[in-house]
Amino acid sequence: MKIEFQLNGRPFSRDVRPDAMLMTVLREAGCASVKCGCETTNCGLCTVFVDDRPMLSCAYPAPRAQGKTVVTLEGLQDIAADFGAFLADQGADQCGFCNPGFVMNVIAMQRAFHLAAGSPLPSDDEIRGFLAGNLCRCTGYAGQTRAIRRYLTERVGCVETADGAGAADGAAGETADAVEAVGSAEATDPAALQETTDAAGAAEATDAAGEVARG
Amino acid sequence: MAERIRRMPARFVSSPVRKKDYRALVTGQPVYTMDLAPDDCLIVKLLRSPHAFARIRSVDTARAAAVPGIACVLTHRDVPENRFTNAGQTYPEPSPYDRRILDEWARYVGDPVAIVAGETEQAVDRALGLIRVDYEVLEPVLDAGRALDHPVLVHPEDNWSQLVPFFAGDNRRNLCASVTASEGDVEAVLARCDHVVEAVYQTQACQQVMMEPFCAYSYLDTFGRLTLVASTQIPFHVRRIVAGALGLPRSRVRVVKPRIGGGFGAKQTAVCEVYPAAVTLKTGRKARILFSRAECMTASSPRHPMRMTVRMGATNDGVIRAIDLHTLSDTGAYGEHGPTTVGLSGHKTLSMYPRIEGWRFAFDVVYTNKMASGAYRGYGATQGFFAIESAVDELAHRLGMDPMALREQNMIRPGEAPKSYDGTPIDSCGIADCLRHVKAAIHWDELYPRRVLPDGRIRAVGCAIAMQGSGIAKLDTASARLTLNDDGSYTLMIGATDMGTGCDTILAQMAADALQTDVENIAVHGVDTDVSPYDKGSYASSTTYVTGNAVLIAADELEQKILNMAAAHLKCDVAGLSLSETAVLYADGSEAVSLAFIGNLAVAGSSDALTAEGRFTSPVSPPPFMAGAAEIELDPLTGAVRVVNYAAAVDCGTVINPNLARVQTEGGLMQAIGMTLYEQVVYNGRGRLKTGDLMQYKIPSRQDCPSLQVAFFSAYEDTGPFGAKSVGELVIDTPAPAIANAIDHACGARLRTLPILPEAVLRETGVLGGAAAEKGEQNR
Repeated sequence: MKIEFQLNGRPFSRDVRPDAMLMTVLREAGCASVKCGCETTNCGLCTVFVDDRPMLSCAYPAPRAQGKTVVTLEGLQDIAADFGAFLADQGADQCGFCNPGFVMNVIAMQRAFHLAAGSPLPSDDEIRGFLAGNLCRCTGYAGQTRAIRRYLTERVGCVETADGAGAADGAAGETADAVEAVGSAEATDPAALQETTDAAGAAEATDAAGEVARG
Repeated sequence: MAERIRRMPARFVSSPVRKKDYRALVTGQPVYTMDLAPDDCLIVKLLRSPHAFARIRSVDTARAAAVPGIACVLTHRDVPENRFTNAGQTYPEPSPYDRRILDEWARYVGDPVAIVAGETEQAVDRALGLIRVDYEVLEPVLDAGRALDHPVLVHPEDNWSQLVPFFAGDNRRNLCASVTASEGDVEAVLARCDHVVEAVYQTQACQQVMMEPFCAYSYLDTFGRLTLVASTQIPFHVRRIVAGALGLPRSRVRVVKPRIGGGFGAKQTAVCEVYPAAVTLKTGRKARILFSRAECMTASSPRHPMRMTVRMGATNDGVIRAIDLHTLSDTGAYGEHGPTTVGLSGHKTLSMYPRIEGWRFAFDVVYTNKMASGAYRGYGATQGFFAIESAVDELAHRLGMDPMALREQNMIRPGEAPKSYDGTPIDSCGIADCLRHVKAAIHWDELYPRRVLPDGRIRAVGCAIAMQGSGIAKLDTASARLTLNDDGSYTLMIGATDMGTGCDTILAQMAADALQTDVENIAVHGVDTDVSPYDKGSYASSTTYVTGNAVLIAADELEQKILNMAAAHLKCDVAGLSLSETAVLYADGSEAVSLAFIGNLAVAGSSDALTAEGRFTSPVSPPPFMAGAAEIELDPLTGAVRVVNYAAAVDCGTVINPNLARVQTEGGLMQAIGMTLYEQVVYNGRGRLKTGDLMQYKIPSRQDCPSLQVAFFSAYEDTGPFGAKSVGELVIDTPAPAIANAIDHACGARLRTLPILPEAVLRETGVLGGAAAEKGEQNR
């Protein structure tokens, strides 16, 4: 059957099998950023926008896209490169196979939370909650969260709230009383946490430690 | 000279350089195997056995072959008789030659029975359903504990062989390997100990779950040679394996490795490459294979499940005097990495306690009718550390000691030679700093052993220590080739395989510092066996250390060649010349001649190439060290365990790239947390895997991510490039025992089998509700 939709800003039409999934059609159309990692809607690698909503294209029948607007990472190259640099600055790009679906949902999060200059920075729990459907096996996620925080504060202009909610991935997931119970200096002092999440800080710590070990 | 390079001040080494390939990776460029596969490839799929053990009486492929669009259907009658191993190891491989491309025996649920290739996926799927196989269904061997000398033989064939006799495999006994090593009289020393703990620990066949599935495509090139483009960690080994399996000379096979979507050891086995290759040889057509995730989970190369029996003895004053370890490893239907993974369960773990007077380490590796095991980050050490580091804690409690203190008292110190390692004293050893750091970072003194929160949940801490190696000593070989181009830039050719870890970048960082140039001035090429210098591939934590040394040797030689050519051109003494980013300098620092000029000189009327190849194999495998401490929260009502905080301190020698090393560490910790708490492997009674997709096999999501505190304490390794050791595997070793130890501290439940699911905690505490906490109290 023939379907027509807008793909990355251009009219697109193709004869597809009625049971074809959007992912297959998009990959055959040259959108190589759309990856398949699981076939069971667990991994998030195949995320694309259909009418501006993030969708798992592996489970989205292609005929349903008839007349809609479909956007893949191929259509979002500028913002991908922009955010991607922050990812790379954490070393969290790694193998890269999950990056496109992840970046799509970071963009979706930015839109869903209406994040713009002056917006409060979402907490790490909010970030993790929104992106829970994007699996990654290389990074352990922490570096991705650091990259998002840096991107949102330094590029988008989000502001950390005064109460330090979600001040760093270190404290996230803790209830306030739990943090209190731990009594951890790092966990309650955003400045100290910033230190430990800072890449340059880590490098300095490494050097200093190296000196100690060598001495 | 090499010594001078290794020690000189670094500009790019130890700095957080972005990965050279990052732009392509973050913008979704078509750089992975399946993105590059031509559209006109035949689609290759495998018909897999539904039985755990069966002999194939006959296969009727007539109807399948008649399906329109089907190019070929291959069965065991169509492939060579010879046996080989898919293990990516240096020849002669310890792994037995026990596998054919297709066999008349199906040895596990999922074992390939036929290869089908066709123009479309629909045609291939239809053909797969039309193949009629007459199976003689046999009783499978599913219990590793009963496999040895079982009347049913997994490998009854006559042409089974093992190239390395040391491992003493015997297919007539279902035995893939069996070795015993010891020092001192372990029984006598144990008898003289005041306390001896004896316990059995078990781990599962965890899956690497790299995000990119197994995939490859093949074609015949202009010269009729077979070219394979594959998502692999081991291009040169794949060339040997595929050439051997198909009976081709290696000169007729070329393997190309593009960007890889993760490996973690899974792709240290040639899981899928031979199938499209066989189709291309048969049909002359391009062919591609892409495993579904279900195939990745059910017919691949997971961690060897191990059953480890530990006896560990100490005196009243906390001196650990003897360790006796027996490891039973289940290699499944085929022996890939079977004889070697098991060794690390003892060699790495016992090495942490070098002052023991008696030790014994014995292992048996057995065949069963389950999916073959393989290499997974940590490679047996991960399993061994779960056992040994759990046992150390059990011993501490028997002694009434703080388990942190027991480790501090007994663990390896700089200058000591580990037991059951290579006999070399370890000078570079930062484990004491690492342990001290995690003790402070996790607030051990305040939190040990546990606290009950107002809502009844229990917070507790546990710790573990570990080491790994840096490459395989005296065996694995790596090369690097550096060329000065005619504009003064450099090209670095390596055979090591970046699988996302960033080795293309960190090796360029080393080359840049060695050649006094900018890392941007060095182009790095991915692996192509036709043009890359030989490297065994990226595994065994070898790339930074082994390939890094090869890069330095190449840089050293190239620098000399450049300076010699400059001296000849300038008609001056080479001794005063040195290299800068753009030029050769005189002793006073002034420019003698530009590098671009020298580069051009080498390609215009010169018989001297400005190319140098360094090759390195190491007599030693310097261990990196690590300490880890977990703070967990246990809900006594449900048995659910959550890691709240994980403090990790790593001595990987000099950190070449702090960002990449940190992310390696965080990623390894999360994989290990998954293995410890979530990732369950369940077979049914007929040998079918019930946890064969990501719906059932739960890897951690980002909502499972605790606070990960990573610190580096770099003990300089004299033999390492710029003092580096390794980091890739080590980082997966500590969480399992640290978390299990914390659970014991929380509720008195000693869980010795992974994964530790809530029901196991409840079963072990034997109670519901707050009683778990009370039991914990009594046990302390």
